[in-house]
Amino acid sequence: MANVLNKVPVREQDAKVRATNFEEVCYGYNLKEAMEESSRCLNCKKAKCIEGCPVAINIPEFIQAVNAGNIEAAYQRISKSSALPAVCGRVCPQESQCEGLCIRGRKGEPVSIGKLERFVADWALENGIKPTPAKEKNGKKVAVIGSGPAGLTCAGDLARLGYDVTIFEALHEAGGVLIYGIPEFRLPKDKIVATEIENIKSLGVKIETNVIVGKSMTIDELMDEEGFLAVFIASGAGLPKFMGIPGENANGVFSANEYLTRNNLMKAYKNYDTPITAGKKVAVVGGGNVAMDAARTALRLGAETHIVYRRSEAELPARIEEIHHAKEEGIIFDLLTNPTEILADDNGWVKGMKCVKMELGEPDESGRRCPQVIKNSEFEMELDTVIMSLGTSPNPLISSTTKGIETNRRQCIIADGANGKTTKEGVYAGGDVVSGAATVILAMGAGKAAAKGIDEYLNGK
Amino acid sequence: MYEVLKVEKLADQIYRMNVKAPRVSKRCQPGQFIIAKIDEVGERVPLTICDYDREEETVTIVFQSIGSSTMRMAALKDGDYFQDFIGPLGCASEFIEEDLEELKKKKILFIGGGVGTAPVYPQVKWMKECGIDVDVIIGAKNKDMLILEDMMQKVAGNLYVTTDDGSYGRSGMVTQVLKDLVEKDGKEYDVCVSIGPMIMMKFVCLLTKELDIPTVVSMNPIMVDGTGMCGACRLTVGDEVKFACVDGPEFDGHLVNFDEAMKRQQLYKTAEGRANLKLQEGSTHHGGCGQCGGDE
Repeated sequence: MANVLNKVPVREQDAKVRATNFEEVCYGYNLKEAMEESSRCLNCKKAKCIEGCPVAINIPEFIQAVNAGNIEAAYQRISKSSALPAVCGRVCPQESQCEGLCIRGRKGEPVSIGKLERFVADWALENGIKPTPAKEKNGKKVAVIGSGPAGLTCAGDLARLGYDVTIFEALHEAGGVLIYGIPEFRLPKDKIVATEIENIKSLGVKIETNVIVGKSMTIDELMDEEGFLAVFIASGAGLPKFMGIPGENANGVFSANEYLTRNNLMKAYKNYDTPITAGKKVAVVGGGNVAMDAARTALRLGAETHIVYRRSEAELPARIEEIHHAKEEGIIFDLLTNPTEILADDNGWVKGMKCVKMELGEPDESGRRCPQVIKNSEFEMELDTVIMSLGTSPNPLISSTTKGIETNRRQCIIADGANGKTTKEGVYAGGDVVSGAATVILAMGAGKAAAKGIDEYLNGK
Repeated sequence: MYEVLKVEKLADQIYRMNVKAPRVSKRCQPGQFIIAKIDEVGERVPLTICDYDREEETVTIVFQSIGSSTMRMAALKDGDYFQDFIGPLGCASEFIEEDLEELKKKKILFIGGGVGTAPVYPQVKWMKECGIDVDVIIGAKNKDMLILEDMMQKVAGNLYVTTDDGSYGRSGMVTQVLKDLVEKDGKEYDVCVSIGPMIMMKFVCLLTKELDIPTVVSMNPIMVDGTGMCGACRLTVGDEVKFACVDGPEFDGHLVNFDEAMKRQQLYKTAEGRANLKLQEGSTHHGGCGQCGGDE
């Protein structure tokens, strides 16, 4: 029996080995490890962890099922609340959600809820356990725009309630950020994402790829001509931001979106037709999960890779596990550093980046300490590739082609958090298109809320 | 899956295909583009729409086989399929929204160079259908590389054909024809739409600026998703950075930074790749396609 104060350690691929491949980093628990870890759960009556979960999984209940060795029951318990447990077990920021509130964590480490969720979901995938479909279909048509976490969750929930759901996806493959954004080594595409999507399809959800709502058709046409009674917009935050510094259009400057899409969706690392320039010395500007993903991808493609971030380590917005993994793999962190110019050679290729050193001043409105430039601290980094990972904003394609949908000044669609209602009747929205770039699980929470909202709306009709 | 209904080889390495794509054909407009992906491993290849038939639910594309994906596309036969065919993407040509009576008063010139002749066609056809006769210049390296002359003849008011080597039609670059039309024939134009290799568009724009003719160009830079997501297609227009896929593909040619755009075209072109291309393309290689990065 392990020390109850500590998590049962999870097996991982060796850092030196994994830095050269795209295989999954974390191996996850086996049954024995999972049962041992589950015994650490105090089965609190007033379970704080549930409050920390954006989709309110009954965590103690599923963990007790694991402890009893009834993994199928544990899976059915989770899948009542979450459409994508194998994904969430891998990419949720548990430390700031369920595990952050775990009573065990007050003295020692919290229960490893994420790893247990992953174990249960993987076990179900391996054993072909499917979520339970609706007993009766009501035939009411609902359109979901976007097949990322918010769209899949909303579609899954509505299908379980008997609705006839079609997801329209702009890219050629379903999954949204799970496919184009999060790399294989963190979230295996065929084994995990494709199977989770198959599960949602098994509930009766149809997915039509290659349809760009706003271009291929409008929302009004979906409702007036194609007979959809309600629409859920979950088109994400796809537009990359750049810094607006000189030299940003030089060859070798990419958005993290482009770099990751080439590698993940277009599978450049597998010798598909789409090329990627690996780079020999790469700087990734930014400190979020996407920055870590881009940096660890560049590293695996053979580059010396730096994270360039203007605040200090404590402010890095990425998950602790990703930062830890990135360091283990040999990513160099250039903190309190901010680029001011990208330098190009005569042929327009990146040859370096001018930066300044920063120090932290007083906390700003967001509570984070505001970085300030240290005078005369300018220096140059020699580089051949720069990847900008500064966040993304919603694509205006839909809001600009639909009358009656209001957006805020950040181009985010305005929607009621409780039910996803927009300013247009019958049209709901959730996920990054409403919140701006956030996490998979928050998008799923919004998808869930909207499914409930749409159900209430259509029941009242 | 999207069925290829008809394949036609127009010139060496240039192909025309009619593809069954109901949703695209219903909504597309002149100036817009599609993305075709032949199979699982294929690239997402952006191609400007050459024609469409809303009744038959087809979209016509014209492309040059220059990379691995387009070479496999060139091998498609009638009845084969594209795995993916996405669109319509980008903005329609601005004149679609213009007041028709105002448009009819304008003297409009279209210039198509090489494969760029294809996206000029639906615009000229649209004009014809609206009862507007426009002047059209089409250019090619030589007689064998000239495409779509017959189709264009049917919809153009006046058609001027030129080849770089003088093997057919007039002799010289499209810019020479434009110069002659204005200076020798006394033609006046209110607007010019020029689509072709970047180097051609650059020189057309230099000339039309001199001649004081507002000019629209259609940019076809490297892109991945075509929906504004990756930013690979960014270019500088005036003082602003624009994404060709969502802000364009058509821009004010007098504001486009062509030199930067041409450098960006070379992103995935290695010296080795260029040499290989030159070998493959043989006599048709002139480095001005805007794809290979040109010869240095």
